[in-house]
Amino acid sequence: MSAGGGRTVRPVAVASFAQSQNVRRDDEHNEVEMLMPVVAEVFGNIGITKDDVDFICSGSTDYLIGGPFSFVTALDAVGVWPPRAESHVEMDGAWALYEAWVLLQEGEIDAALVYAFGRSSPGNLNEILSLQLDPYYLAPLWPDPVSLAALQARALIDAGKGSEADFAAIASRSRRDAMSNPKAQVAKDIPPATLLEEDYVVAPLRRHALPPITDGAAAIVLAAGDKAGLWSKSPVWITGLDHRMETHSLGARDLTSSPSTTRAAEVAGVADGPVDVAEIHAPFAHQEIIVKQALGLDDTVTVNPSGGPLAANPLMSAGLIRIGEAAASISSGRAKRAVAHATSGPCLQQNLVCVLEGE
Amino acid sequence: MPESEALHASHRLEYPYSRSVGPVIGAFLTGLREGRLLGVRGAGGSVIVPPTEYDPTTGGDTGEMVEVGPGGVVESWAWVSHPLPKHPLPSPFAWALIRLDGADTALLHAVDSGGPDQLASGDRVTVRFRPAAERIGAMADIESFVPQGGAPR
Repeated sequence: MSAGGGRTVRPVAVASFAQSQNVRRDDEHNEVEMLMPVVAEVFGNIGITKDDVDFICSGSTDYLIGGPFSFVTALDAVGVWPPRAESHVEMDGAWALYEAWVLLQEGEIDAALVYAFGRSSPGNLNEILSLQLDPYYLAPLWPDPVSLAALQARALIDAGKGSEADFAAIASRSRRDAMSNPKAQVAKDIPPATLLEEDYVVAPLRRHALPPITDGAAAIVLAAGDKAGLWSKSPVWITGLDHRMETHSLGARDLTSSPSTTRAAEVAGVADGPVDVAEIHAPFAHQEIIVKQALGLDDTVTVNPSGGPLAANPLMSAGLIRIGEAAASISSGRAKRAVAHATSGPCLQQNLVCVLEGE
Repeated sequence: MPESEALHASHRLEYPYSRSVGPVIGAFLTGLREGRLLGVRGAGGSVIVPPTEYDPTTGGDTGEMVEVGPGGVVESWAWVSHPLPKHPLPSPFAWALIRLDGADTALLHAVDSGGPDQLASGDRVTVRFRPAAERIGAMADIESFVPQGGAPR
């Protein structure tokens, strides 16, 4: 692609956002059935149909389904006759949104549907995610995602950048805020002191510092310029978008910082104005500390008013949902300017930063 | 339509092909079989362990293989009180990022320390290989690391 990340050249808006109910286990629907109402809602919100978008891009992973090219089947949730321009990333839907945004920047399309889905419940998530690691040095040891996150949390504690009490405070706040999010999976008001009485899952991480296992899906319609204004009275504009990646060699990284987030934030222009709300894709509580610092946000910023991924962590759509929730916080008047972050890979290996503003 | 119980079936997916590991990872795995730990020299003379064909920081080519270890320092660790079935050790153990002597990056493996109160970041550990006859040229040739100065009780 000729366009890289950065500040928006052609105005592009989040015209519509929808997500499924986030649940621990959805046995009653396959991926297509889970997506269909979400796709119907994201179009229905703004009174359009699939004929109004020029491009479809999705994010999902074959590892969860256990079969190759599973995203092709998922297209049935949209319906692709007559034939449509379509693409897929084996990543969180936030990266599918990035691909669509690049095409919009280049002027190749005027509107796009982005969706993402994942059912974590059918398999053994610890084993499945271990298989996505380096096949020679890491996967043969079967280090599960909780263990890798725990190594990062210990490094953070050793560096004096966070404590177990901090992790509990983040988890407590997130799940309390989720009580006002009807789509959240885990919403409850438990004080940090009570959470700290839990046993460790993998020390220094207790149960509350881990994300829930979630089945869910989400979708966003992106629209450029005039179309955005036509479809929405108060469009939310993407003013900057970028993603960066660090090495997959865990032992060659400083796990207590996130230089890829910092770089993406610089390119996307996070510091160009005040930030009211940040939706941070930090599946493990301690990662919020790292990402918040990497984004350069202070304590005046409201973090994850939706409850964030500690309240619902549908794999492959949890990052896309951050963009949708950040846009929603602007639509609702809570924020004038918001930042959304998405992550992928072990210990925040890859990070995407999206800056959004109202009219 | 009345609600009925969802059907469940097990599904086994596998990729039963073999791959060549190449000149750098191959040398490291061969070293394990011989009971040696090898790193590779990266940009600016740093030593990368586990070794890759490219420098993980700069992306540049890497050079000669150099022997490292067998001891090293724990950079971070996490205590597993309930090992999962496929974990390297069946009894409680620590995952650790270990910077081997002579290396500039850390290797992930298990440390058999005996208990979470007997390990801390900065501790010295040393490699414990499987018996030579059992080694096959894979990460599992390292049974675990152990605190330097003796195996746990």
